[in-house]
Amino acid sequence: MSVVVRTVARIILPLVLIFGAYVIMHGHLTPGGGFQGGAVAASVVALLVITFGSQRWKRIKGSLSFLEDLGAVAFVALGFLGIGYTFFRNVLAGTGGLFGAPVPFGPNPGWLNTGGTLPLMNWAVGLKVIAGLGAVVLMLGLFGGGDDW
Amino acid sequence: MNIGIHLPILAIAVPLLGAFALPIFAKVHKRLRDMWAAAVGAFTCAMVIALAIQVLSTGVVVYTLGAASPTQAVTQGGFPIRIVLTVDGMSAFMGLISALVGLASLIYAFQFLKEDQGKTLAMTLFFLLWAGMLGMEYTGDMFNFFVFLEVTSIAACALIGYRTWESRPAEAAFKTMALYTLGGLLVLLAVAILYGQYGALNIAYLSSRIRGSQLDKIALGLLLGGLLMKAGAVPAHMWAPDAYGEAPAQAAMVLVANTQASLYGLWRVLFTLFGGALAAPAVGWLVVSLGTLTLLVAVLMAILQRDLGRLIAYGAVSQIGYMLLGVGVGLVALASRPDFGLVAMQGGIFHMLNDAATVGLLMLAAGVVRRATGTKDLTALGGLGHDLKWTGGFFFLGALALAGVPPFNGFASKLLIYESSFRLSPLLTAIGVLGSILLLAVFARAFQGVFLGPRLRAAQSPPVGMLVAMGLLAAVILAMGLAPGFFVEHLVTPAARALWEGRDLYLAAVLGG
Repeated sequence: MSVVVRTVARIILPLVLIFGAYVIMHGHLTPGGGFQGGAVAASVVALLVITFGSQRWKRIKGSLSFLEDLGAVAFVALGFLGIGYTFFRNVLAGTGGLFGAPVPFGPNPGWLNTGGTLPLMNWAVGLKVIAGLGAVVLMLGLFGGGDDW
Repeated sequence: MNIGIHLPILAIAVPLLGAFALPIFAKVHKRLRDMWAAAVGAFTCAMVIALAIQVLSTGVVVYTLGAASPTQAVTQGGFPIRIVLTVDGMSAFMGLISALVGLASLIYAFQFLKEDQGKTLAMTLFFLLWAGMLGMEYTGDMFNFFVFLEVTSIAACALIGYRTWESRPAEAAFKTMALYTLGGLLVLLAVAILYGQYGALNIAYLSSRIRGSQLDKIALGLLLGGLLMKAGAVPAHMWAPDAYGEAPAQAAMVLVANTQASLYGLWRVLFTLFGGALAAPAVGWLVVSLGTLTLLVAVLMAILQRDLGRLIAYGAVSQIGYMLLGVGVGLVALASRPDFGLVAMQGGIFHMLNDAATVGLLMLAAGVVRRATGTKDLTALGGLGHDLKWTGGFFFLGALALAGVPPFNGFASKLLIYESSFRLSPLLTAIGVLGSILLLAVFARAFQGVFLGPRLRAAQSPPVGMLVAMGLLAAVILAMGLAPGFFVEHLVTPAARALWEGRDLYLAAVLGG
């Protein structure tokens, strides 16, 4: 692609990643969550493949599929975290630790440091979707044949 | 952690974790991956068996995800808001079928799959499919059922089509995916209709509210259509021969168990979800007529097949017809509850276990044939019995059991279906017997064509692991054939009673007294 496209891609790439991370991070407060934010962030891979060609990113395929497995394992492991009570029990909510602040009663703007295991699960799903969708886009680019720029 | 109260979720979550962690272990070392797969498989089977013992001795087991204690299914106000797993006799019975098939498939897969032909991928997908099947069988929540249905659909289609270096699996996978997606959408629409009316997804709660409105009838029709499509009943059976024929042997037998999980979903919908409101004989007659149609069409198609895989596939589809016939007769008789209705249900449900074991055995034997000769074309095969003595024996056993020849297990369950459907209409029995006779002819020809005759070529005998997997299924078939009374009394009757008269117990277990 032309130098204009490459320059613009370099500028918006961190912005897209930050927006994806924002949607994942606020999954328990606002519309969105792990899947939606992951899909936004995975569009970075599409950007890279279109701008710089897919051959250049061939070697990250292995690490993408490893990250995807890791996200899925983390999700199930977070489910097992509550097995002292029941599977998927939100044991971190209201304990004061990470994401464990008690939620004040009544209308509020939404406190980020609440939700217990929910934000962690959003991050696990987000990781899986970033890596999985990224690998799919990359494979489409690699199988696409000779239309690389 | 008291493992006894967490059995239902462990049986689902452990294979799920096994599936996701398998590729990571495979990156470290292939040997570590195999050990992990064996450990997960053994643990899952142990959980399923322990759960079945628990259910059969103490009654319905309820597990509430995310609650303070597993039995706390209902929140304040008497409304079940969380995802609830509800395991009654029928669910436990289906879990045992899935565990048996999964275990045999896993043992077979270790030596059947080749390292350079996607072994890690196939094993990952197998665990995903297994977790989805167990989830469908144990869940007590309609939306959760749909989610697990989709998990099995995606894993099944990928298992059929992952061998992209061959041309035909991709086509079979595409065909299957089209029908699975359509079936899944019908189920989702039905769930949406029910949720829109009653604001709940819990099966027990929905069942206590459903009164048989016009929308309920539409939802029932959609569920019937979607689940029969996934079960491979005529007229939506066309994916099954392609899928069973093209999937590798160890996956094809799990696909058969997957169709039975869909059938289980159908029984759950008909007897528990709509059991109070729409126990109309018309629905039962619909199931009976689809069953007879399925067994006749599939057997007639089996006669024409020249590919061993497709021939067994049509045999498997015809067995779905017997299950629909047996349970359908029970559904017709549900209003007045005569004795022959329960017998018919016992026959239909016992036949699910028999079918899983016998069709699985036949498919594994066909996998050995394919591995030894590179073909499944009946016109090119012959005389393999000289080299593949054990495989030939297992195939013979499976063929006789599938056709319902005494003293094998297929005879026991088919006899229960015949003697009860005779009370409803002798014509049904006549069609059933005709199907069995034709099936015997089909498989006699297949056995003769593949294993008997002069030795055409030398065939390499399969490794021990594959023989052990077939031996496991053969032992189960023989045990069920020689002592059908034991299996009917201790496994099949609790399952049949759970559907036949267990709806109140199911509702009470979730919603409380």
